[in-house]
Amino acid sequence: MSDISQPAAHPPVTDWVHDFDHTDPQWTEDPFPIWDELRAASPVVHTERFLGCYLPTTYEAVREIANDSEHFSSRRIIVRDVRPEITSRNSAPPITSDPPVHKPAKQLLLPPFTPDAMKKLEPRVRAICNELIDGFITEDRLDAAERYTKHIPVRAIAHMLGIPETDSDLFIRWIHMILELGIKDENTLLQAVQEMTVYFSAHIEARKTKPTDDLISYLMNARDKDGNPLEDSHVLGSLRLLLIAGIDTTWSAIGSSLWHLARTPADRERLVAEPGLVPTAVEELLRAYSPVTMAREVVKETTVSGCPVKPGNMVLLSFPAANRDPKMFPDADKVVIDRRENRHAAFGLGIHRCVGSNLARMEMQVALEEWLKRIPDFALDPAGTVTWSQGTVRGPRQLPFLLGKAM
Amino acid sequence: MTERLRVHVDPDRCQGHARCKALAPELFELDEYGNAHEAGDGTVPPGLEDKAWLAKSNCPEIAIDVIEE
Repeated sequence: MSDISQPAAHPPVTDWVHDFDHTDPQWTEDPFPIWDELRAASPVVHTERFLGCYLPTTYEAVREIANDSEHFSSRRIIVRDVRPEITSRNSAPPITSDPPVHKPAKQLLLPPFTPDAMKKLEPRVRAICNELIDGFITEDRLDAAERYTKHIPVRAIAHMLGIPETDSDLFIRWIHMILELGIKDENTLLQAVQEMTVYFSAHIEARKTKPTDDLISYLMNARDKDGNPLEDSHVLGSLRLLLIAGIDTTWSAIGSSLWHLARTPADRERLVAEPGLVPTAVEELLRAYSPVTMAREVVKETTVSGCPVKPGNMVLLSFPAANRDPKMFPDADKVVIDRRENRHAAFGLGIHRCVGSNLARMEMQVALEEWLKRIPDFALDPAGTVTWSQGTVRGPRQLPFLLGKAM
Repeated sequence: MTERLRVHVDPDRCQGHARCKALAPELFELDEYGNAHEAGDGTVPPGLEDKAWLAKSNCPEIAIDVIEE
């Protein structure tokens, strides 16, 4: 990755309530006390950074915004230092679409991601997990992010799209360029988008003469309500979305889950003894360590939880902060792996509910089940350092573990 | 005491999180887009009352009603 320039650093934050910055190292490392401080100050706070941006801090404020596409547009969904021009080349329908364009674009993507469709994919994901574990089962220390969590979602989505699982490193590089470096460096962002366009255009062209049984062909064969095929730019946008949204999000969620279990022996032992509890635990881990923060752009003046918001500003739609709101979740700051009532918003709320939520849940369950089956004993390696990704998606990028007898 | 329950999904609120189908598969069905509706007329068979309440309390969109009849 030596050809990727490092983005400019922001000045450090000294006043979180009036000058928050979700790319600040303190936020990246441990955002939870910051969210508590901001929530105590106001349901909506503002920063002048990123050309002006609000942050709703409560579950209710997040829900209000998520359900209000009239005042809050999805045309920009990542808070950056710049506001790149909106074109078909960087749009990714339906996540960047507003009503009325949104619904048909979303409905197109939903059938391949239903729970039943995911059941068919599950054996491949279970095999991927076991192939990865086979690669390190005899070792006594490893970076679980580099060797395990990173590879599961990218291979699963490659399998669904019908592109080589061996191209995984390329996809991971683009995602890093778009979601992390691209926050502060527009050229890196555009370079990644351009490379992805070239890559997927070749796959689309190949399928024009030789159709395949995969998600790329599915999108190419899809018809809009007038019976017309989608334009190539729409297919490309959706492919870009599936690749970006489907990878480091779930990579992060699996990583945070293993991180929690590595440092919480009671929860780990309970899940080993009661594997049937894994789906419930996955929901709680999604709540407590939600990886994804979305964004909106204010397009019309309004109020949120009594706070005025003005056009021209972005909104950092922090589902992770909403999920830590003690008004919504008793013991919000504790991981309760058998929590019964859990209306968490990890996959968003309203019309933009994550299209891949069933895929992510399946991957998380399978990744934890297979890991716990074969590696019931593991802990953080005190000689190593856990590092977290910055910005839109939060999860461990280095996860040094001691396994089994090395503990 | 015989309390009869019925579940109902508000189709305008449901966004297809599919939590109800995961928690109470006997009481809910999903359409081709993954959006939920109640199975049959929504009547909750005896013994599944707890699952009905569980589905309601885990729906992020507050789309599920449990009606006591």
